[in-house]
Amino acid sequence: MADFRFDIIGEYFPLFMRGTLYTIGISLSGIILGSILGLAIGFGNLSKKWYLRLPMQGYIHFFRGTPLLLQIFIVHYGVVSNILGRTDAVVAAIVALALNAAAYTAEIYRAGIQSIDRGQSEAAKSLGMSHWQMMRYIILPQAIKRMIPAFGNEFIVLIKDSSLVAVIAAPELMYWAKGASSQYARVWEPYLTAALIYLTLTYSLNKLLIYLERKM
Amino acid sequence: MDPIIQVKDLSKSFGSNVVLSDINMEIGRNEVVVVIGPSGSGKSTFLRCLNLLETPQAGDITIEGRSLMDKGTKIEEVRAEVGMVFQQFNLFPHLKVIDNIMLSPMKVKKWTAEAARKKAMELLGKVGLADKANAYPTSLSGGQAQRVAIARALAMEPKIMLFDEPTSALDPEMIGEVLGVMKDLAREGMTMVVVTHEMGFAREVGNRIVFMEQGRILEISPPSELFDQPKHERTKAFLSKVL
Repeated sequence: MADFRFDIIGEYFPLFMRGTLYTIGISLSGIILGSILGLAIGFGNLSKKWYLRLPMQGYIHFFRGTPLLLQIFIVHYGVVSNILGRTDAVVAAIVALALNAAAYTAEIYRAGIQSIDRGQSEAAKSLGMSHWQMMRYIILPQAIKRMIPAFGNEFIVLIKDSSLVAVIAAPELMYWAKGASSQYARVWEPYLTAALIYLTLTYSLNKLLIYLERKM
Repeated sequence: MDPIIQVKDLSKSFGSNVVLSDINMEIGRNEVVVVIGPSGSGKSTFLRCLNLLETPQAGDITIEGRSLMDKGTKIEEVRAEVGMVFQQFNLFPHLKVIDNIMLSPMKVKKWTAEAARKKAMELLGKVGLADKANAYPTSLSGGQAQRVAIARALAMEPKIMLFDEPTSALDPEMIGEVLGVMKDLAREGMTMVVVTHEMGFAREVGNRIVFMEQGRILEISPPSELFDQPKHERTKAFLSKVL
């Protein structure tokens, strides 16, 4: 460790910073798109109609039961390249992470909604509210509050898992760490720097979550 | 009698467990019917069938001439005219007291906020809680919470009020304030179906008492008869335990 080469870090610093922005951008897009898709899947999964429920359960099983790396490959080489007619690693990364996050957030929605006491929906119904009004004014406002910590955790997981898209050459943080490592045949400098940046991201997000939870 | 609720051959089971069998009765306009019986006798389930919180397997319920089992009946419209008060109050904890009361008139009946607020304040005054309008439900005592729940149900201007053991979750010193509000309602001519263990209330306020056991109605009589000369051995045995 005596010959720790700070010059490598210095040289790669702008790329690390750009990579970090990509990491944040890809993860944030993934969690936002995933949460929207997950809402539809979660509601479908709660439906009494089997033809809505079964496909959603299949979706959740598939995306929670197969490796994310495999999903990234399928989306990158199969789905996105076929639709766009060319490969686009960043688009593929966002789509893969969003599809994966949707399965997990769907479960967060389901658990959150089911955690609300039956008496709440009974009271809403007894007052003449429709199913939609009950969800909109009674169940979701209470459920979302309980979901926020779980969403935060999913976001933290997604930030870390987004490093996997380095293998399809999406130019995020891990990709540049790998690049620096192979250019100089060095391990510690690039990977410790990347680790420090990941830690900073997840740690500050965790702190923000604790603050939000306490505020509510 | 001018019946507002008609129950015909009502049956309900959870799996193989029969909770209600062949319930038949009519409830008249402005009548107060009190349902008593041992726990597990099906009285709460019976009450919850009247606004379809439980779905019966057989039989029919007609409210104001509309069959609840008819596919063409919009159950939300029926529920808007049938208020319900629960054992556990079920106030909405994320809304202030006043918003608990205003929500349904505004969203279901499309009242203006102004009209709903006026009605809510009037009802809060009536249940003696005008000063709690801006409090959150968690800050209320059980008795206060239940009175707010009654005001919330009344804000929909229901024709019928259902009470499902409204005082069973209350500390003894708070039971009186809730029963007081219910007595006022009865005096104003509200049609009420009350499931309760408060025999004093049943005797004083009830026009007819229904005694249920094992999913069946064993006896329906005016309170003086049911309490003083019960026809059925089971009624006698039950009353000797609770009185």
